[in-house]
Amino acid sequence: MYDIAIIGCGVIGAAAAYALSRYDNKVVILEAENDVADCTTKANSAILHAGYDPAPGTRMARLNVRGVALAKEICAKLDVSYKQCGSLVLALDEKELPHLQHLFENGTANGVPDMKILSREETLAMEPNLSEKVCGALWAPSAAIVNPWEYALAMTEVAVRNGVELRRNCKVTDANAIEGGYRLTVPGGTVETRCVINAAGIWADKVHCMVEPANFHIIPTRGEYYLLDKSEGTRVSHVIFQCPNELGKGVLVAPTVHGNLIVGPNAEPVEGNDTSCTSSGLEFVKATAQRSVPSINFGESIRSFAGVRANLDVDDFIIGEEPEAPGWIDLAGMKSPGLSAAPAVAEEAVAILKERGVLGTEKADYKDGRRHIRFKELSAEEKAALVKEQPAYGRVICRCETITEGEILAALHSEVPANTIDGVKRRAGAGMGRCQGGFCGPRVLELISRELGIDPLDILQDKNGSNVLVSETKVGGKSNG
Amino acid sequence: MKEVICTCCPQGCHLQVDEANDYKVTGNGCPNGIAYGKEELTHPTRIITSTVRAEGCLHSRCPVKTSKPVPKGQMAEVVAALDSVVLHAPIHVGDVVLTDVCGTGADIVTCRDMA
Amino acid sequence: MVDLVIIGGGPAGLAAACKAWESGLRDILILERDKELGGILNQCIHNGFGLHRFGEQLTGPEYAGRFIAMLKNTGVKVQLDTMVLEVTPDKKVHCVSKEYGYQIIEAKSIVLGMGCRERTRGAIGTPGTRPAGVYTAGAAQRYVNMEGYLVGKRVLILGSGDIGLIMARRMTLEGAKVLACVEVMPYSGGLTRNIVQCLNDFDIPLYLSHTIVDIQGKNRVEKAIVAEIGPDRKPIPGTEMEFDVDTILLSVGLIPENELTKQAGIEMDLRTKGAIVYENMETSIPGVFACGNVVQVHDLVDFVSGESELAGAAAANYVQNGPVAEGRVLTVKPGADLGYTLPQRIRLEGVEKSTNVSFRVRRICGKSTILVKSGDTVIARFKRDRLAPGEMEHIALPRVLLDRAPVDEVTIEIEEA
Repeated sequence: MYDIAIIGCGVIGAAAAYALSRYDNKVVILEAENDVADCTTKANSAILHAGYDPAPGTRMARLNVRGVALAKEICAKLDVSYKQCGSLVLALDEKELPHLQHLFENGTANGVPDMKILSREETLAMEPNLSEKVCGALWAPSAAIVNPWEYALAMTEVAVRNGVELRRNCKVTDANAIEGGYRLTVPGGTVETRCVINAAGIWADKVHCMVEPANFHIIPTRGEYYLLDKSEGTRVSHVIFQCPNELGKGVLVAPTVHGNLIVGPNAEPVEGNDTSCTSSGLEFVKATAQRSVPSINFGESIRSFAGVRANLDVDDFIIGEEPEAPGWIDLAGMKSPGLSAAPAVAEEAVAILKERGVLGTEKADYKDGRRHIRFKELSAEEKAALVKEQPAYGRVICRCETITEGEILAALHSEVPANTIDGVKRRAGAGMGRCQGGFCGPRVLELISRELGIDPLDILQDKNGSNVLVSETKVGGKSNG
Repeated sequence: MKEVICTCCPQGCHLQVDEANDYKVTGNGCPNGIAYGKEELTHPTRIITSTVRAEGCLHSRCPVKTSKPVPKGQMAEVVAALDSVVLHAPIHVGDVVLTDVCGTGADIVTCRDMA
Repeated sequence: MVDLVIIGGGPAGLAAACKAWESGLRDILILERDKELGGILNQCIHNGFGLHRFGEQLTGPEYAGRFIAMLKNTGVKVQLDTMVLEVTPDKKVHCVSKEYGYQIIEAKSIVLGMGCRERTRGAIGTPGTRPAGVYTAGAAQRYVNMEGYLVGKRVLILGSGDIGLIMARRMTLEGAKVLACVEVMPYSGGLTRNIVQCLNDFDIPLYLSHTIVDIQGKNRVEKAIVAEIGPDRKPIPGTEMEFDVDTILLSVGLIPENELTKQAGIEMDLRTKGAIVYENMETSIPGVFACGNVVQVHDLVDFVSGESELAGAAAANYVQNGPVAEGRVLTVKPGADLGYTLPQRIRLEGVEKSTNVSFRVRRICGKSTILVKSGDTVIARFKRDRLAPGEMEHIALPRVLLDRAPVDEVTIEIEEA
């Protein structure tokens, strides 16, 4: 019997696993998809919010501010792409200035450090490409941009290294209380555990209902985005928000840690994980973003995509033990600022488990830390030394992002190894660039096949069923070879 | 009268071919169009390019082509004849893979060196 | 210090290398990122190459093979499996490979021949889900022609560029069903020959002024919805057609691959998305030349070879005799109906008898006169029966006429009869 089963390996499940891996407990993560962080964590704004949005006194307010501080440490320790670039909320109309003041007061109450309300001139001095209409802005230097997927992966990798078991393709379809814990039904069997952490993202209410009726309801909400080429990556150098207005709220323009520009999202309730893009949604995103930064060149778009966030019918995160189900802990409704709050949310889970007496002693031989070699970020001397030592770093596979065979091999043989083309893309960055894998796709497929011994016909682009190739040509000659 | 688009060069002349009048061609930009227009209606032919399996080479397929144009109607048949062919390294450009493929009088030849 | 470093061993690099050798240069190095020379021609197994150059119809590998054979008779050095990471303005070439490690090669002259890449779904913003099964035509071409795999069984092709048309035939001959080719413009972007031999021969319909308005399917493509485009360039409601397909191939344009060029600080042309070049293919950095698809996207490789030979000879001349003499420089500008012109600048001292100018029109024109104007003066006229965006046009401007240009700017315009 496991001590703790974590359902879902998004950023919340990963943060919980990372926090729990310090303790002498038997922990398993059950992830429904074939890779970690494959839903909300994969497709979002990639922003760590400063924390002036949530109403003071809420869990969201407290955990957001604590979470971004922890994230900074974790990203440094685990070599996750992170940049504290700060954010600006723009007032594009005199009438919006009082809202900046409101946010400033919120932020002050929430403990957001070093905020300042800027004049029009100060704002334009920081961001010369902003709209002429800008009247002022709220400056929050503690906001950051991050690679959210790598953040979740890195925490999972360290957890796995320290003994947490990760099962992918392991969807929990039922949960029943048993003596001293729960029995979870998974493909091909069951998992017995003393405690459950429900970090099932947009499915968290349904998972909860497997044991008890849920008193919260998730409203999956889709947001569509544009990702623009690096040629647009310096259009702004901070995260640019707008004040909420009749056109909606939340369309941001921001640099990414990879040097691209991200623009989005809109917000539309959908059924489940519906990540399709619509022309009306993308038009809205484009038009709204151009209110902030009129000069964005959308001709340089390299990808449009959508993510679904776990909005809730309650205006706060759901964190706590289900009263009717001892040992069942929900970490649910992790809408924005869920990514920002993740490590602080994990601390809450640890505290609950500690109080229940489930938590073991801290491991003496805990192995923290992580190193991710990014060839293109090295100096010429470092590159030369690395290639000399490991020649695989001398073969560039992805030309747009300069990702080497060495980096791809590292992704294929890591603690949480990639086994799909997109799995390699998310870990190593191959295929993230302007040609979107047109060039390196076949080469990555060949490496996966060679390294993992998978028949090319069985190699997936991403999720199960997303085979890249459908058949071989000239099959008549196969046996003649 | 039938219209045929000439493919002798990128110009793409729209030829008018008069079947009733010994396939007289008009609309051609150069003399090549006259022969093309008549042939395209009487017995159209195509060069076929495809691949065959290659073993022990840099790539797993080797490009091949018919040594001369073959009847358009036999395209599928010719391609099917390549299905079970296997070449082994080293391959030299112009190597004959199949002779008189499907009775067309054309050979299948390789299009590159490969080791 | 190497006399000439050529970046890319495709058709451009090969022709430039052969010509530079022929011009007397003896210290030439080609850096090629792939494991073999020939570039994209290796996967273009269809025929139709070389009509202008060799007077016969060759396949892509055969065309490349001819140049590779020529190169073998020279002392040109080649490093395969080597990626160039950076070119500095003072002509240092940073490159990396498994075999040779990280190298910084100093060059007296450089020829850029990196070719181009395909536009993607992201660039055209097609709505819908993001399943597997959406590929650029070139990626599918590599899989089928070099590796022996089909990427789908039921295929829709978006864009009527040549690679898309060629792939319609290839996929059909390998047993896939190609349901249609869909083109957003009212005319095809590909060569007429390819429309006839790749679509018409197999009864594959071509829908002009249509586009994909939705892609459906969770993990792999299941459906594509196609609609007609109105004059406002928006889909016309009620014209939707459903195609049950597992694959969508994109043939929606090529973009010169100029990351190294931009990084070196070379002046770029927003129209061609390539370097601005002089009459001898020299860029804004003296001694750095660009040719082939990296400088303008061609439809016929024969012209890539010609342009690259010009660059190769010019590089040799630069190393042997120094820069082209200063003197009068004419700027060449595209008129209203032209997408671009190349070269963009002509140094009269660099023109011996005449200089070639290539361009593309932006719309289909019937019987036309190409007017070369300087100020209000027409300095040259060329007659054409037909001009189309899918076909690059070439004119040769004699030095004697260029000398007569009253102002330092030359505009090329189309006058339709």
